[in-house]
Amino acid sequence: MSTSTGAAQNPSSVVASAEQLIDGWELVVGLEVHVELATKTKLFSASANRFGDEPNTHIDPVTLGLPGALPVLNRHAVELAMRLGLALNCRVQPCSFHRKNYFYPDLPKAYQISQYDQPLNVDGFLMLPGEVRIGIERAHLEEDTGKSTHFGGAEGRIHGSEYSLIDFNRAGVPLVEIVSRPDIRTSEQAKQYVSELRAILLAVGASDAKMEEGSMRCDVNVSVHKPGTPFGTRCEIKNVNSIRAVGRAIDYEARRQIDIITSGGSIKQQTLHWDDAAGRTNVLRTKEDADDYRYFLEPDLVPLAPDTAWVEQVRSALPPLPAARRETLAKLTGQSKESEAVAVVVERGQDTYLAEVAKVGGDAARALVYVQQAFAEEAASPRVPAGDLAALTLMEKNAKITATQAKTLLAELVANGGGDVIAMAKSKGFEAMDTSALEGLVDAAIAADPDAWAKFKAGEQKAMGALVGAVMKSSKGKADGKAVTALLQAKANA
Amino acid sequence: MAQRRTVVDIAAGVSSGALSASAVLEENLAAIGSREKEIHAFNLVTAERARERAAQIDTDVKAGKKVGRLAGVTIALKDNMCTRGVETTCSSKILAGWKPPYDATVVRRLADEGAVFVGKTNLDEFAMGSSTENSAFGPTRNPLDTSRVPGGSSGGSAAAVAAGFAAASFGSDTGGSIRQPAALCGLVGVKPTYGTVSRQGLIAFGSSLDQIGPFSSTVADSALLMEVIAGHDPLDSTSIPQPAPSLLNVLDQGVKGMRIGRITDMPEGSSPDVLARLEAAFEALRGAGAQIVDVKMPSMSFGLTAYYLVAPAEASSNLARFDGVRYGLRVDAKDLNAMYGATRAAGFGDEVKRRIMLGTYALSAGYYDAYYGKALKVRRLIADDFAKAYESCDAILTPTSPTVAFKFGDKTSNPLAMYLCDVFTIPTNLAGHAAMSVPFGTGEAGLPVGVQVLAPALGEAPMFRVAAELERNA
Amino acid sequence: MPEAISRETVAKVARLARLDLTDAEIERMTSQLAGMLDHFRDVDALDLSNVEPMNQPIPLTNVLRDDVVAPSLDRDEVLASAPAAQDGRFRVPPIIGFEE
Ligand SMILES: [Mg+2]
Ligand SMILES: [Zn+2]
Repeated sequence: MSTSTGAAQNPSSVVASAEQLIDGWELVVGLEVHVELATKTKLFSASANRFGDEPNTHIDPVTLGLPGALPVLNRHAVELAMRLGLALNCRVQPCSFHRKNYFYPDLPKAYQISQYDQPLNVDGFLMLPGEVRIGIERAHLEEDTGKSTHFGGAEGRIHGSEYSLIDFNRAGVPLVEIVSRPDIRTSEQAKQYVSELRAILLAVGASDAKMEEGSMRCDVNVSVHKPGTPFGTRCEIKNVNSIRAVGRAIDYEARRQIDIITSGGSIKQQTLHWDDAAGRTNVLRTKEDADDYRYFLEPDLVPLAPDTAWVEQVRSALPPLPAARRETLAKLTGQSKESEAVAVVVERGQDTYLAEVAKVGGDAARALVYVQQAFAEEAASPRVPAGDLAALTLMEKNAKITATQAKTLLAELVANGGGDVIAMAKSKGFEAMDTSALEGLVDAAIAADPDAWAKFKAGEQKAMGALVGAVMKSSKGKADGKAVTALLQAKANA
Repeated sequence: MAQRRTVVDIAAGVSSGALSASAVLEENLAAIGSREKEIHAFNLVTAERARERAAQIDTDVKAGKKVGRLAGVTIALKDNMCTRGVETTCSSKILAGWKPPYDATVVRRLADEGAVFVGKTNLDEFAMGSSTENSAFGPTRNPLDTSRVPGGSSGGSAAAVAAGFAAASFGSDTGGSIRQPAALCGLVGVKPTYGTVSRQGLIAFGSSLDQIGPFSSTVADSALLMEVIAGHDPLDSTSIPQPAPSLLNVLDQGVKGMRIGRITDMPEGSSPDVLARLEAAFEALRGAGAQIVDVKMPSMSFGLTAYYLVAPAEASSNLARFDGVRYGLRVDAKDLNAMYGATRAAGFGDEVKRRIMLGTYALSAGYYDAYYGKALKVRRLIADDFAKAYESCDAILTPTSPTVAFKFGDKTSNPLAMYLCDVFTIPTNLAGHAAMSVPFGTGEAGLPVGVQVLAPALGEAPMFRVAAELERNA
Repeated sequence: MPEAISRETVAKVARLARLDLTDAEIERMTSQLAGMLDHFRDVDALDLSNVEPMNQPIPLTNVLRDDVVAPSLDRDEVLASAPAAQDGRFRVPPIIGFEE
C-alpha cells in the first residue's frame, strides 16, 4: 500500500536552516520505505519467504489467490513488525487489515491485504546525527506482490514490450511500510534517514534490508516551498534503489521543481520514476487518473490486538539499538559517535567484538581502525579471536612493530582467521630496530644528503621526507617512521 | 421415486457389514441414470471415482479395518467447493474445466470419515441466485415437479438428495442458499453459525456471510453430518476455536420448557399455505410442551436491503481474482486491460455482472459511506434485534420461503422479486447465527413447505431439538 | 443519499471492475442498479447516527499461525491450468496503461 505522507498543506514545525535552503527554497521530503521481513514463511500462508529461487517454486493456494484460499496471519511477522515499531519509538496499537482493490497481473487476488486507517505502529520518530528528529507517522504490515518481467521491448522496460512473465515467489512476502512525516529538509538528511533505518532494521533482525535485492525499497515524496508558506505540491519518486540514489533523486527533483516554479510554471502532483543511469526522473503517471482502491475491511481476517503483556515482552527482548551502540563504542574508542568508523563497525554489528578486544587488554582506538579497515567481509562475530587482535594493537602501540608491519600482520590474521602475532612478526623479521642501529642509519642518511639536511635544519619541513625515505630504504622498511622523525628532530635541535 | 436411504442407516449398515457401500452407490447411480438428464442436478458425476471409493470401503470393512462415521454415505458437493483434481466451476464459464490443486477442509473431513462423493452439483453462478436458473450450464429442475425450480443457489445439491442421487449433499448459504432450496425440495437444510464450519476451499461469494451446511432427508442425518464437518480449522481465520457441537444426542430431548419466538412484526408477502404451516408448527411445539412467546424484529425487513449491498460489495472484491492470468478462462486481447475486460465480460453471466457492478459502486470513492457503510450499520441493528429477541426465547420460527417452489421464469425478469425469496433467511446470515429449514407438510399443489428454525450464535443444539420435534410432528 | 446513478457512472464502474459491457448492457444495468439503489432509500427511515458498523458476525481477535514452512504446490500442476505459461511463469499480454 502506498500512503500519503503528511498533509500537503500543513507547514511542519521543522524549519530548514539558512544554509540548508536552495536559492531560498525550502526542501520538504517524506519517505515511504518498504522492507521485507525476515520470516521463514509468507505473511498469510506457509510457503517459503525466499529470494532468488526458481520462479513459482514458493506458491500455495493463498499466494496464488486460488479460489477458496483464505489468509492466516504469521505471528512472527507481527512480532518483527512490532520490534521495528518499538525500535522506531512507535506506539503499538490494536489494528485491522483492509483490502486495497486494483487489477495488476502480479497481484494475485486483485487486492492487496494491507493496513489502512488502523495500522499496527503509529507516532514514532527516528533521530539523525545532530539531534535531528524525523517523525514516523506509521509502520504498517502488508503483503508484497509478485514480480513481472517484461519481454520484447527495450531493456526489459514495460513500454513497448510484447508480453510479460509473472513469478509469484515474492507474492505474499511480509512487508512493513514505514511512512515518515515530511520532516526531512536536505538530501543528506534523507540519506542519513535511510541509512539509520537500515541500521535499525539490521539491529533488530527485522529484515536483511538489502536495497540491491529489493528487500528494502524507497519511495520519496519531494516538494519545495518558500519558508513560512504552505507546502508545495509534492511528487512521489518510486523505487529508488540505493542510498546514493535517494540523495541524487532528491537533488535532481528539487532543482527540477524550483526551475519550473521560478520560470512561472506550477508543479503537477505526479508519480515519477528515478532513472539512476540517466540521473533524472521520468513521469510514470499523473495523480488525476489514480485508481479508486475501494478499501474495505478484509472479512477473511480478524482484528489484531496485541495486549500490553505481548508488547512488553517484545520490547524487553529488543537488542541495544544502533544509536546507543554507537555512543558506547565512541566512548570506548575515544572517537566521535558520528565518526564513520564508529558507524561502520556498529552497522556491521562488530561493536560487541570490539568491546571484547578492549576487555582482554587491547587498545580500543587501534582496534577500531583495524576492524573498520580489515573486517568488512567478516560477520558480526569475526573469526579472528579477540585476544589475537588485542595482541596486535599492543605490539603497534608499544612500537614493537611499525604501522605498515601491523597492517601486514592484520591482513594475515584475517586471512588465517587468527594466529600468534608475536610468532608471526618474528617469522617475518618484524622485530623493531633498536635505537642505536636506527641512529647509525639516520647518520648515514644525513651524510649522504647534506643539502637536504641543511634545508631541514633551516626549518624547511619538506626536506625531511627525503631523509626519512632514505632511512626507510636502507632499513628495508623495518624502521618506524615516527622514530626516525623523532631522531631527526632531536638531532636538528641539538 | 425410489425410497431414499438415510445417512444414519447407511453409515450404520456399511460399517457393520450389513450393507455394501457399493450396492448403496449403485442405487444412487441407477437413479442418476434414470432421471439426471431431466433434473440436471450435477455439473459432474464422478461415478468411477465413487465406485473405487465404495469398493475400498467394503474391502476395509471386510478386513476389519476401522471405517469412519460416514462409511459408504453417498454425498454430492455443491460445485463451489474445491476438490483436488476434480473440476470445480461455480457453474461459471470463467472457471469451466478448472481442477483445484487442493481440497476444501469440509471435503477432506468428509472423505476422512468414509464419505463417497458422487459428483459436483449445479448452482446459480457463484451462488448468486435463488432458483438455480443462473447457472452457465443450464438450470436444475425440482424433482418433485420438474416445471418448477428447486430453489437456489444450492439447487443442484437439493435436487440431488430429493431425487435419490445421493444420501446427502452439501451447499453453501450466504443469504438462504441452503435453507430455501431445502424448503422447496422437502429436505432438511442447515446454515450453521458463522465460523462453525470452515470456509477454507469454499469459493467465496460474501466472505462475512458464507457458511457450508448439509442437505438431508432427516434431522438426524444433518446432525451427524454437522458433527463431522464442524469444529475449528486453523486454515480459516474466522473459524471459531471450538470443537464440533454434539447434536445427535439432543434429538430426543423434546422441547418441553423451551421458549419459541413468534415474530409479531414479520415482513409481509408470504402466501397463505405457507403461513398456515407455520401456525401448525407453533401448535405442534406448543403441544409438545414449548412456550410460544412474541418477539419483535423491527429491523428485519431492512435485512434484504443491507444484504444486497454487503454481499455484492464483498463479492466484487472476491471475484476480482478471475482475471484470466492464473487459471480459468482467458479471452485473448491486444493488451492486458483489454484481456481483463473481455475475459470477465465473456466469463461472467448477467446476475454476477450485476452484483459485481453494484458492489464495486457501493465501495467506490464517494459512495462508501452512503451505501456500504450504511449497510453495515443496518446489519448491526438486525444483530441487535436478534440479541434482544433471544433474551426472551431460545429459538424463533419463521417460514423459510414465502412460497412453495415456483415455476421457471416466474421471477427471472425482475431481480428484486427474486431477491424477496430470501427475506426470511437473510437476517440470520447478517447476524451470523444458526438457522435451519425443516419440511413441515405441504402447501399449494401438494408441494413441500419448510419451516425455518432460528437460533442464536452457537445455538445449534437447541435448534436441532426444535427441528427434531417438528420432524416428529410433520 | 447521492443522486440517482447515471449512465456515465455505470460506465466508469464497469471500467473499475474490468467488465467490458456493451452499450445495451450499460443501459440495462443503469436502470437495474437505479432500482436497487432506490430500494436502499428505505433505510433512510432508520436512525443510524450512533450505530457501529458490523463487519464480521463473530468477534475474534489475534488469530495467528506459527512461522513454519509447508511444501509449495507443484509448479507444473499449477501452470498446467494457466491460460498461458512460459519458462516456469505465467504469461500475460503487454501491459499498457499501468505504471511500471
Ligand atoms: Mg508509497
Ligand atoms: Zn505499501
